[in-house]
Amino acid sequence: MSDDVQGRLAGRVGSFRIDAAFDIPGRGVTALSGPSGAGKSTLLRCILGLERVGGSLRIGEEVWQDSYSFVAPHRRRIGMVFQDASLLPHLSVTGNLRYGLRRAPRPHAIALDDVVDLLGLRGLMQRTPSNLSGGERQRVALGRALLTQPRLLLLDEPLSSLDPAAKAEILPYLERLLGSLAIPALYVSHDLGEIRRLADRLLIMENGAVRSAVADLSGRGAHAAAEQWLAAMTPDEIHRLALDALLAARPEG
Amino acid sequence: MDGVVWTTVKLAGLTTLLLLILATPLAWWLAHSRRWWKEIIAAVAALPIVLPPTVLGFYLLLLLAPQSPVMALLHPFGVRTLAFTFEGLVIGSAIYSLPFAVQPLRNAFEAMGPRPMEAAATLGAPPLDAFFTVAAPLARRGFLTAAILVFAHTVGEFGVVLMIGGGIPGKTEVVSIRIYQLVEALRFDEAHRLAAGLLAFAFVVVLATLLIDRRAARTTLS
Repeated sequence: MSDDVQGRLAGRVGSFRIDAAFDIPGRGVTALSGPSGAGKSTLLRCILGLERVGGSLRIGEEVWQDSYSFVAPHRRRIGMVFQDASLLPHLSVTGNLRYGLRRAPRPHAIALDDVVDLLGLRGLMQRTPSNLSGGERQRVALGRALLTQPRLLLLDEPLSSLDPAAKAEILPYLERLLGSLAIPALYVSHDLGEIRRLADRLLIMENGAVRSAVADLSGRGAHAAAEQWLAAMTPDEIHRLALDALLAARPEG
Repeated sequence: MDGVVWTTVKLAGLTTLLLLILATPLAWWLAHSRRWWKEIIAAVAALPIVLPPTVLGFYLLLLLAPQSPVMALLHPFGVRTLAFTFEGLVIGSAIYSLPFAVQPLRNAFEAMGPRPMEAAATLGAPPLDAFFTVAAPLARRGFLTAAILVFAHTVGEFGVVLMIGGGIPGKTEVVSIRIYQLVEALRFDEAHRLAAGLLAFAFVVVLATLLIDRRAARTTLS
């Protein structure tokens, strides 16, 4: 069931121009980084089918879009973790987890109980999203995405809205989960430390295009990744990220 | 006396039901379309707020009369006229109260933003499924407000129902028209009873909508 994703997507989204070519191997985590406004979130929206641009996109043998066809978002079977979790506010945690599960094709390879245990959600099941902390919300969003039995998992800066304590709380879960996935994942992040810890490969976007790719983040690859990443970031951004990292390192946050 | 109250409640109930079904897709389209001319449609749908009821009633009367081209299309089905009939009243009331259904629904749909429906789509829900399981529950206060306003507005209308209904007892005569006729006949005691009833009803309606708005303001911030 593990399939490569191949995308050549080009077109306008509002006033933004995207022209991205990318390959995501069928297993492991591919990080997507680049300066703010490079089009990372827009690219995810195009992959999801929420924005319609030209080009082609396929996973394994299955075509999600080409010149002749366009598969609707709800038929693509992509697990999506939004930056702000975007839980359905009128449903409990259980309701959110079951919403996608109930609509997923059977048999279910990923079971509710396994996800609940993996993400430590047992005690939260009856709560509503407004009664969850930021970190808890993201854990539910992760579980909910997995239970749609996806063929591809997309994560749009799932940690960026969390404070350092919440980040530290959720990272081990995320690491365990991404490590055990049998499907490809595309993980958008600014944070090079996070990327090295969670991802196997790195794609860097700039001005709506995928500018470079680093295939291996271990050993020598890490150095190349750091250089590519630095080259893409603006000085302001590096400054801000360095400040974030320093603040995160202080125990009192 | 009971007959006229029943006609009024039946008219208001049917109008509310009809408008919730018809105004929902229109309000949804107005909330989400990016076409530049959608505000023209919105303005047409809002016209009954500004238009004198007699003007609306006059045009509707022409439309529902046997000679109108629209009614000519219905002649083969045995329908000659809808003027001065209860069915015609429902159609007229629905048009007259349309803005009171469209506006709260459009506001509710716009307030929820695109994200809940996008999240539902990524969870595998087709659009209609997502509408009923996500958008409708999130907009439930908009639906409640729309229903209350349409019902109350229909109960309170006078000009349109008189123009196209004619106030035929047992058929198209509603409470507001009966009050007018009672006063004309100097039967003030009976007029008092109906008028006081409507006054109490109006107060309850306004209070209810205010309470719904207050609860909505509190819960959307959480």
